[in-house]
Amino acid sequence: MTTLDTVAARPTRQSRGTRLVNRVFLVRELGILIGLALLVTGTAVANPRFLTAQSVKDLLLGSTILAILAVGQAVVVITRNVDLSVGSVLGLSAFAAGTLFLRWPDLPIPVAFGAGVALGTVCGAVNGALIAAARVPALVVTLGTLYVFRGIDYVWASGRRVNAADMPGGFLRLGTATVWGVPVLTLFAVVVLLVAGYALRSYRSGRDLYAIGSDPAAARLSGIRVGRRVFAAFVVSGALAGLAGVLYAARFGTLDANAGVGAELNVVAAVVVGGVAIFGGSGSVYGAALGAVLLTTIGSALPVLGINPFWQRAAVGVLILAAIGLDRALAVRVGRSLRQRSAHG
Amino acid sequence: MADPVVREPLERVRSAVLSWDTVVLVAVVLVVVVGGLTVDGAATPRFWRFVTLEAIPIALIALPLTLVVITGEIDLSVASVVGLTCTVLGELWASGVSSLSVLIGLCVLLGAVLGAVNGMFVTGFGLPSLAVTIGTLALYRGLAYVVLGDRAVADYPRSWTDGVTEPIPGTVIPWTILVVAALALAFGVLLYATPVGRGLYAIGNSAEAARFAGIPVARTKFWLFVVTGAMSALAGVFWTLRFASARADNASGLELAVVAAVLLGGVSIFGGRGGLVGVVAAVALLGILRNTLQLAYVPENALTIVTGSLLIASVVGPNVAGMVRERLRRRPSSATAESTPTAAL
Repeated sequence: MTTLDTVAARPTRQSRGTRLVNRVFLVRELGILIGLALLVTGTAVANPRFLTAQSVKDLLLGSTILAILAVGQAVVVITRNVDLSVGSVLGLSAFAAGTLFLRWPDLPIPVAFGAGVALGTVCGAVNGALIAAARVPALVVTLGTLYVFRGIDYVWASGRRVNAADMPGGFLRLGTATVWGVPVLTLFAVVVLLVAGYALRSYRSGRDLYAIGSDPAAARLSGIRVGRRVFAAFVVSGALAGLAGVLYAARFGTLDANAGVGAELNVVAAVVVGGVAIFGGSGSVYGAALGAVLLTTIGSALPVLGINPFWQRAAVGVLILAAIGLDRALAVRVGRSLRQRSAHG
Repeated sequence: MADPVVREPLERVRSAVLSWDTVVLVAVVLVVVVGGLTVDGAATPRFWRFVTLEAIPIALIALPLTLVVITGEIDLSVASVVGLTCTVLGELWASGVSSLSVLIGLCVLLGAVLGAVNGMFVTGFGLPSLAVTIGTLALYRGLAYVVLGDRAVADYPRSWTDGVTEPIPGTVIPWTILVVAALALAFGVLLYATPVGRGLYAIGNSAEAARFAGIPVARTKFWLFVVTGAMSALAGVFWTLRFASARADNASGLELAVVAAVLLGGVSIFGGRGGLVGVVAAVALLGILRNTLQLAYVPENALTIVTGSLLIASVVGPNVAGMVRERLRRRPSSATAESTPTAAL
């Protein structure tokens, strides 16, 4: 896998190896896209109501929050780290947005977004500082902050609940409004995805993340400021979880301290299904977002197909196992053929 | 712990005093003493009964998971194995299997098979255990829902449900803790006094070196996953009978509590470091602290802040202390620091 990544991290020199690797990545993302298309077509053939404007809208809305979280998670996972605290950050930010509107009903909507994102950024900075400065494993730190942030949320809410009636109509309409049939919330996700995708592909700092994930020690030796980049990755993940929290508030209206409980595992699942290697260095945010859409679609397709909805989680599990198995097989193949090419000169 | 260097007796005493195991044990004593003096109802026989009942399932899973983490792997599917075992136990009982020993045998067998699936993906196909067990976390929990849906089986004989919490004669402590103690002893002997156990540290430090040293790395890891599955199933049997209820969502989220206990117990998430003494102490610490704070009217949900902070402190503390020590040693003026032996933290 390492050979594959070092080549991928040098986009300027388009060797035959790079082209091969690019093609494989394309195949990997196309694979999810084709799977998604098959699932949607199959379900639509079985039950045409699956593709009405309303249910497509529901599908997109359902994927939006997971997709935004998955983009943030992908940025972190690419650096060979993981952020388990995203569900708790989402809950904190959603409750913050609700409480702001409770106190100041006339608050402009962008201020609520700003506050949610800022809160998420702070949470991400806490994670990042602990991981980058104190040099402790991300899995442990973010498992700890998963508990701490959720606990703060519980103490803050202390059993209270913010109801839809407490929130301004304009904010709640944002949760259901559409532009040419596409929900506004989904547009947020698309913008996030395109910005993150461009930054990871075309900026030096973005390429650095792949180098760090492929081999942290080598990245450090080659002059990349590993600590600073990893810190930034966690800040991005936190900020996106904060954004997702505000969107959650807009979409569901009713909030208590339980918003987003257990979301971290769905997010990691989406990222893994989307082809981001759990040990870093490869994958893309587009794949992660597609993974989120695929997981959500399976959830809504099963009942339509007449399959017991209780099978949904099991199907997700099988999908994750299949995805990592496929990635492994692809990596072995690419590795072998790259070695062959370099052996031939 | 796996340090092969023979130390001076004085130095050995000093390193034992400063070891992480001791820190956790002292924390346990402190919490018991301070809680007993200041909180009404803490450290009473009734208190110990509840602490024990709560700690039993966590301890049952933490014992084998410690060994898994020492080899550098992880198993996040444990709580889902508990859930699936609960539902299968309930379904078998409901369909007329009325011998408790047959039920326990079948459940442990099921757990072993589920663990073997994890082990096969990790060692057979060479996939990362973090990703595999996130997949089987979803899969096994999903199968639990397939077995029982949203139903619950709760009509077990009183002799069974009272049986698992039956106190040791003359005390109020449930006898099941003796089973846990015997298992802890067995795992302790395996880890500290057998070549297999010592080999686990070698695997965790460097799987490749361990392979060259003749340790069957893949086979060892495979069986550790099998044992983890079987022990989780045992925890599932206990869970079902203690709460007299088999539901698909039994013990959901417990994996994070168990992983937190293992890490707080001083086991390195990268493998190769830590031991059972610290983990058992950490399970006790978390249970005692939770129950004491509950008696002190700290809201249940706010307790997660304590768990999370402890977990973070347990990794950040030693790391920062190490960095400070390193800096002190490098400073030329502090020649005395040179002669101070470093603690084996």
